[in-house]
Amino acid sequence: MSAMLIRGGHLVDPSAGIDADRDVLLKDGRVVAVEPPGKLNAAGKQADAEIIEAKGLVVAPGLVDIHVHLREPGQGYKETIATGTAAAAAGGFTSVCAMPNTVPVNDSVETTRWMQSTERNPSARVFPIAAATRGSTGEALTEYGSLKAAGAVAVSDDGKPILGEAIMHQALAAAARAGIPVIQHAEDTRMTVGCSMNAGALAFRLGLRGMPVAAEAGLVERDIRLLSELKGGRAHLHVAHLSTAAALDAVRKARRNGLHVTCEVAPHHFVLTESEVGEYNTNAKMNPPLRAESDRKAMLEGLLDGSIDCIATDHAPHATHEKEQEFERAPNGITGLESALGLALDLLHRKHKASLSRLITLLSTQPANLLNLRGRGSLISGAWADVVIFDPKAEWTFRAAATRSKSSNTPFDGWTMLGKVRMTISEGRVVYRAD
Amino acid sequence: MPTMKAIPEPPRATSACSRSLLSIASLGVDEVSAILHLATELEQEDPVARARRLAHRRVALLFYEASTRTRTSFELAAKGLGADTALISSQSSSIEKGESLKDTGITLRALGAECIILRHLSSGAPYLLAKVTGLPVLNAGDGMHEHPSQALLDARTMLRALRRSDGVPGETLLQGMTVAITGDILHSRVARSNALLLPRLGARVILCGPPALLPEVALELGPGISIERDFDRALKQAQIVMMLRIQKERLTGVHIDLEEYTSRYQLNRERLRASAPEAIVMHPGPMIRGLEISSEVADGPQSVIAEQVRNGVAIRMALIHRALVEQTPHTREPAAGRPVKQPGTKKRGRA
Repeated sequence: MSAMLIRGGHLVDPSAGIDADRDVLLKDGRVVAVEPPGKLNAAGKQADAEIIEAKGLVVAPGLVDIHVHLREPGQGYKETIATGTAAAAAGGFTSVCAMPNTVPVNDSVETTRWMQSTERNPSARVFPIAAATRGSTGEALTEYGSLKAAGAVAVSDDGKPILGEAIMHQALAAAARAGIPVIQHAEDTRMTVGCSMNAGALAFRLGLRGMPVAAEAGLVERDIRLLSELKGGRAHLHVAHLSTAAALDAVRKARRNGLHVTCEVAPHHFVLTESEVGEYNTNAKMNPPLRAESDRKAMLEGLLDGSIDCIATDHAPHATHEKEQEFERAPNGITGLESALGLALDLLHRKHKASLSRLITLLSTQPANLLNLRGRGSLISGAWADVVIFDPKAEWTFRAAATRSKSSNTPFDGWTMLGKVRMTISEGRVVYRAD
Repeated sequence: MPTMKAIPEPPRATSACSRSLLSIASLGVDEVSAILHLATELEQEDPVARARRLAHRRVALLFYEASTRTRTSFELAAKGLGADTALISSQSSSIEKGESLKDTGITLRALGAECIILRHLSSGAPYLLAKVTGLPVLNAGDGMHEHPSQALLDARTMLRALRRSDGVPGETLLQGMTVAITGDILHSRVARSNALLLPRLGARVILCGPPALLPEVALELGPGISIERDFDRALKQAQIVMMLRIQKERLTGVHIDLEEYTSRYQLNRERLRASAPEAIVMHPGPMIRGLEISSEVADGPQSVIAEQVRNGVAIRMALIHRALVEQTPHTREPAAGRPVKQPGTKKRGRA
């Protein structure tokens, strides 16, 4: 495999505590050396490395998204692993963790392996998250040990919360034994029957049934209680797409009490509010729903103060004909892989002055650590040659029509984004290069 | 928030959209006045002349939900203006086979429909239909959202019952009036449209009902709205009493003790005599006699319930006319292939 020398760029690698000008030498899919500018020229020449000029650009470990829906197997009309990971590469992501709500549900070693096969022609590394219960029906646990051995990095019944106390208790205990987290989609669905947006004045005005904050916060609190009742303390609960201040408070409190609880937030939950629903815009329909401004602010604060571990997109492609339906009938979810970095840079970095290092921590280092993705989220010597190179000052317009995803269900069409990805390298291979 | 939107949204107020009626909130008060005025003009016109106004124009009635009053009065209104009507209901059409709202709308447009009147069980469905067809759409009730033509016919009924002229400025049409809307507010599109319209015409709106059917958040619909849990106290303040049925088909997980409800919120003769002996009594229908309203009151001298139904035809004539006849100063050439306007078509009167 060929070598590459990324030269003249500004390296932001929180895993190594580096936020400085560095050259990076990649070889055989791995990082070989990271040195001050110019120091690797000889080594590069010796390795016959392709020179990549990164002057004025940020070089960072490839982004890691621990919550995507790639729709394969079974729903290739929405997305395939090839198209979903192509969108990931265009957005700077080199690792994506695929939720198991495929058709059939990924609750088996066979499907877990199938998703990781090179025959899927991926542009980024796919890490399957296996179903926590068989068929995600919440009744019987899947085989966590063998699923992990086959490559699963976590278990979840995403979209179908695990409501039963006994089964959730079992899941947390079994996942702890296997050394993987349980990822919970925290929604008490008994409180959200027929609901299609956030509960409140706007839902009342639009005549839509609203999902109360308590449906999320209540289940997070319940899960934390179950976690605290487990002996041994190795169990890890990860709360998917957190969206309410109340649930975040519960997570903060649990962490103060020493419990291993982590959480992620999707860009739309720190960028948009329920007002985006407007005149029944189905591209503003997702689950959890867009919330009130106070919740959006709480998500921002949590990202800035470190109580939220990472940003995850919940990339959820749907075909046009599915979103072009009555609001209550349209499926939940939006695409997110190509807009995450641009939104995060604009809001967290430019507007709220978070450092680039903090941003890469949220988008790469921490998500990789959470799911124990070895050699990802870092550019220290020996790590995978997963790199994103972006221009942090470039503004560009996001066009849904130009997406690499198979679907274009996004509320961010036409938005100005900050930070243009120039190149994405996955395990030493250039998987995206800006025109 | 959001501050990043650099590209403005495409303009929503296209010609077809501005002639749609999706929400009562989209009408300016002067437009409300104009519609009320046009309703009277059309109602009083010689039926033969009136039937020339929209002769050979095509209006589709697309009904996904059962309806007696709204459907019949829209149909009679269209026919009264001379338009051809086609009725499509979800039970006897390809909707049963799974055809989408979008495709149904496109099909109707291809068949020459120039305006679609939509009744749908899903809130917001008229917005989708207007967007995908580009045709004027009249919302004939969508889920729990709105029923704007009902609010207009209710306003007309109030003005006539109170012997008020519709010739005064719109903001003062219902000045000094208090309207008590009582019952299942949560599930009622009629309540929403009325609560949004009436305060803008100068009225005060009291919403009345138990918390399960009337959440506090209803106050945030807009200004001029208050909540009163005690029905008798609400009645004492009201010149107009509007009763609503409990929408059993939309109660999800809400349990209502009907006996208790009836004792607290039924409008019966004793209650009316004691608390609102002069008030006019309205009900958008369908009524459940013996539940929210007693037969004596429904059929009594204070009731204008049949008047509401009658006013529905005049209001809906005005809405269909408004949807199909372009108004100055925005007059454009008629689209190619469209029937030429009839001589009877003229600029509508202004209030």
